[in-house]
Amino acid sequence: MTQEELLEQIYKKDSKAFTLLYDMYSKSLFGVIYNLLKDKEESEDVLQDVFVKIWKNIDSYNESKGRFFTWILNIARNAAIDKLRSKGHNNSLKNLSVDNFVNILDHNTSVTNKIDAIGIREFVKKLKPVCVRIIDLLFFRGYTQQEASEELAIPLGTVKTQNRNCIRDLRTILEV
Amino acid sequence: MNTEYIESGILELYVFGLLSEEENLKVKEMADSNEDVRAEILSIEKAVIDLSYSVSPYLSAEVYNKIRQQLIEKHEGVVQMPRKSTGSYLGWAAAIILLFGLGFQYYQYNQATEEVQATRTERDKFEQMLANVSEENTQNEKALAIIRDKNNNVVSLAGQTAAPEAYAKVYLNNEDNKIYVDIAGLPEPPKDKVYQVWALKLKPQLDPTSIGVLDDSQRTQNKGIFAVDNFEGAEAFGITLEPAGGSPSPTLEQLYTLGEVKS
Repeated sequence: MTQEELLEQIYKKDSKAFTLLYDMYSKSLFGVIYNLLKDKEESEDVLQDVFVKIWKNIDSYNESKGRFFTWILNIARNAAIDKLRSKGHNNSLKNLSVDNFVNILDHNTSVTNKIDAIGIREFVKKLKPVCVRIIDLLFFRGYTQQEASEELAIPLGTVKTQNRNCIRDLRTILEV
Repeated sequence: MNTEYIESGILELYVFGLLSEEENLKVKEMADSNEDVRAEILSIEKAVIDLSYSVSPYLSAEVYNKIRQQLIEKHEGVVQMPRKSTGSYLGWAAAIILLFGLGFQYYQYNQATEEVQATRTERDKFEQMLANVSEENTQNEKALAIIRDKNNNVVSLAGQTAAPEAYAKVYLNNEDNKIYVDIAGLPEPPKDKVYQVWALKLKPQLDPTSIGVLDDSQRTQNKGIFAVDNFEGAEAFGITLEPAGGSPSPTLEQLYTLGEVKS
């Protein structure tokens, strides 16, 4: 099912819409939240809040704001970051755990996916280290280009294209 | 132009949600008018959805149920789109029916899980019982085989002053020269006391020889039938109650049973 078809169901007030929404995106959002919090129970709590929030505010979404996935990704990222802050973690995002999604793939034995977990684990390891860092910062943590350029000590002007190259590598690996 | 635009990396940032509102609108316009841009956005999105999906730990169905619960309890009306009011009753009804359906299914699932668990426990119990029964059976058969042996010469030992109600039997197996005592008719010995079996010669004088101190803890297992030392030419058998470990000679005041061998 595509985003458009899902939204159609939601707008039609189809009673299955919530379940569809959850089925389509819960695992991905859970992955994003878990990548930030590194705590399964906390991540479950945040995921709950996120879905309630998504559903509550679903009417405020419209396509001019970007992709639907992008919209819910932002909600999930922000909720996880808020949670980190409320836990008394340092306010600076820079001090978030140095673990990134590759470490999670390495350490998480209970990873289960539609894509073969071991397969993706091996593949993703083929990403250049700088790509792992850049995708972790920009996609998983929602860093701005400015923040990412500081964190990675690379020129601001190259963040966008480096990220582009990294995502292209990822797509080659995932064949999408 | 398109290639350059795509290669700039802006579409990735668009999918990641890192652009300003203004930039977002521009990308949206590009996408609306250009197939390649649209396709590129979808591919980027698919890549990061798959990536984040793959780092997700196991997500239990319970989380889903909790969210539904929360939507019903705390945000009533949210499950229903607030967008329009016309025809909303049908939507409401459908949502409520779905929710009840889900709740009911979850309940049933839990019930079933509990039942499976209970059945499993029950089965384990029966298996244990079966094992016990078959163990018991083996022991009984062993005991029975001993007493039934056709080469047995059976000596009945009658209760004596110390225990008038007691009785015991001695099986002399002449074929393989074994002696067994059956003490099922003896009361449980007091703590720190044991039964001791004596083979007796009556002539020329009473001469007892110990042929076994019975370990009462074995009584259940062997059904009260103990193998004792062989003794040739016994004329009678007696069983006395003795301090733990047995005595060198019988304590006659504690003679429980006594019986003469009939040839």
